[in-house]
Amino acid sequence: MSGINYLFPEYEVKRDYDRCIACRVCERQCANEVHHFDDKRGKMVSDDTKCVCCQRCVSLCPTRALKIVKTDNTFKTNANWRENMITNIYRQADTGGVLLASMGTPKEYPVYFDKMLINASQVTNPSIDPLREPMETRVFLGSKETKIIRDSDGRIVPHLNQHIELSTPIMFSAMSYGSISYNAHRALAMAAEELGTFYNTGEGGLHEDFYKYGKNTIVQVASGRFGVKPEYLEAGAALEIKMGQGAKPGIGGHLPGAKIVGDVSRTRMIPEGSDAISPAPHHDIYSIEDLRQLIFALKEATDYKKPVIVKVAAVHNIAAIASGIARSGADIISIDGFRGGTGAAPAAIRDNVGIPMELALASVDKRLRDEGIRNNVSLVVGGSIRSSADIVKAIALGADAVYIATSALIALGCHLCRTCHLGRCNWGIATQRPDLVKRLNPNIGKERLVNLINAWTNEIKEIMGGMGINSIEALKGNRAMLRGIGLNEKELEILGIKHAGE
Amino acid sequence: MVIDASGLSYKELNERIKESSDTEFDIENLKGQRYIATGSKGKKIVIHGTPGNDVGAFLDGSEVEILSSAQDATGDTMNDGKIVIHGSAGDAAGYAMRGGKIYIRGRAGYRAGIHMKAYKEKRPLLIIGESAGSFLGEYQAGGTIIVLGLSSDGKPPVGFFCGTGMHGGKIYLRCNELPPDLPEQVIAEDMSEEDEKELREHLKDYAATFNLDIEKILKEHFFVLKPNSQNPYKRLYTHI
Repeated sequence: MSGINYLFPEYEVKRDYDRCIACRVCERQCANEVHHFDDKRGKMVSDDTKCVCCQRCVSLCPTRALKIVKTDNTFKTNANWRENMITNIYRQADTGGVLLASMGTPKEYPVYFDKMLINASQVTNPSIDPLREPMETRVFLGSKETKIIRDSDGRIVPHLNQHIELSTPIMFSAMSYGSISYNAHRALAMAAEELGTFYNTGEGGLHEDFYKYGKNTIVQVASGRFGVKPEYLEAGAALEIKMGQGAKPGIGGHLPGAKIVGDVSRTRMIPEGSDAISPAPHHDIYSIEDLRQLIFALKEATDYKKPVIVKVAAVHNIAAIASGIARSGADIISIDGFRGGTGAAPAAIRDNVGIPMELALASVDKRLRDEGIRNNVSLVVGGSIRSSADIVKAIALGADAVYIATSALIALGCHLCRTCHLGRCNWGIATQRPDLVKRLNPNIGKERLVNLINAWTNEIKEIMGGMGINSIEALKGNRAMLRGIGLNEKELEILGIKHAGE
Repeated sequence: MVIDASGLSYKELNERIKESSDTEFDIENLKGQRYIATGSKGKKIVIHGTPGNDVGAFLDGSEVEILSSAQDATGDTMNDGKIVIHGSAGDAAGYAMRGGKIYIRGRAGYRAGIHMKAYKEKRPLLIIGESAGSFLGEYQAGGTIIVLGLSSDGKPPVGFFCGTGMHGGKIYLRCNELPPDLPEQVIAEDMSEEDEKELREHLKDYAATFNLDIEKILKEHFFVLKPNSQNPYKRLYTHI
């Protein structure tokens, strides 16, 4: 049966030998061991079978001698049996294994953000120049008081529920220490502090060095409760109960024992080498009432000082689920769309389960408004927010703020090679190998994250100004500012928007 | 300090305990209020009446003694301290507990000790005097669970799927035959001398607490359940 398991490399390393000076940078930089110097032939050679196309060697080659190209080796063309479907069968027939993949689905599903256009003012309602005029991007997340209370003199008695304040409606979403590196976490923590926003520990606990960023930290509680202890809950500005993740709804986290080393073991508070299993179900939560029980246990444990976020994956009945959560005592609902990233998930789940965030968000916002409970909670959405325009569209569909993770990792150097699960990230992000982790300088990483969020915030202001809107609050749920392009009646109905030209 | 819980909400009750400079409390007339002693440290609390769900959640060092039975999720994610239950406990007792001790004189419901973990000096201990429901020690990653089956006449004192997904820690079962449906992640052996020494240590305080004869308990046969291999799930995957 030999030969079946030989899979022709998907990507080929092209080396321009006129330029290559055999300096061996590529060899040193590649944790996948693609390149080596062939003594006999006196030149650098590459093993394409090991290449994951992360572009590290290409980026660091001092003479620009390298490029990676998609191979032109082809299976017989077949619109139904595409090459990757055939090769996946070879892999599984060989190993009997579940196909594991990383980051968001690469499959061609409709991206509704790309089928919506934003409005701008012309003649009648003047636009605003954000360079000259104040533009409010601050948002407060938490349940909103709907009643005004006055004292005997008629003065308003200020009353705020537990909330968090963001300088801009963008937060870094949950990525655990373990799935990403110490330096990546540090960069996110420092950037959140400088920006006046929040990053999220994920379900892997909070490294002792990062407690000082607590006021910009959202601490997560998942079914496995890794690293969850009173100080951890106390450290965060908000608490997030992870019920689900967009990339793998209904599937839990599993960090293999091989990755539970050193600080990761200490932070998760489990011995080195033991598996970290965080199954999808919380075995104490089978209903909204049970969810309420955990929410209030967390509130009791933290003296009702911190808002509680419930994070769920966008699935078919998300509107009904969100309606339940909005009545459960949660302060914020986070909805993670199916294009969201992951450090590892079964490909069959990632590529086929869940629904897009845009549709989930639109239906949840509508449902909560119809039921008169929209102000019970804030809505945060994530699951592949790629640009400031995506954020403006999400807010116009009803979000209070967005969660970004993949974009943040890209700012740190991620080239979306989608092999995080191998633990050999050449960019020092999704790895625990010290020699690779140190490639990511947390200070430079922080600067890049701050730059990205500032750039996006400026773009959001420009776009809002163009519409004649001067605050996120006035944009929120303002679907009149959106028009569909190339969408059918049903899609427009769910999104609650008109078609372009209407 | 004696607190009459009649008409008090769990919030008021917990506030009184937290705000008081006293370290010893007797809560009387408790009728199902939840979250008693959540996250509490440095106190000794005796509960007369019935606590609701989540008693001692995130407990961080306090001692809680319940003279009757407890309901669900006792000691959820407990970090340190001790919970003594003279009656029985509901479901999910000791969920993800990482430290401290839970002693139950009677029975425990489903999923006792699920996700129990250990780390360095944090070695949680859950002892159940009578029997436990199904899914005892599910996903157990560390720590020790002991089920004594004091009235089980040598029959397995657990329900179905004991130790499903277990990948660390230890379960002692006092019985003459094994549960018939032990999952493949679990290996069961007769108790070794080493195990017995450890068991004796664990039982001393428990037996003293409930006035039990430790020698009589140890006279019967014990099985010890441990995970089958360190990484049972490693071989599950291939990559694209």
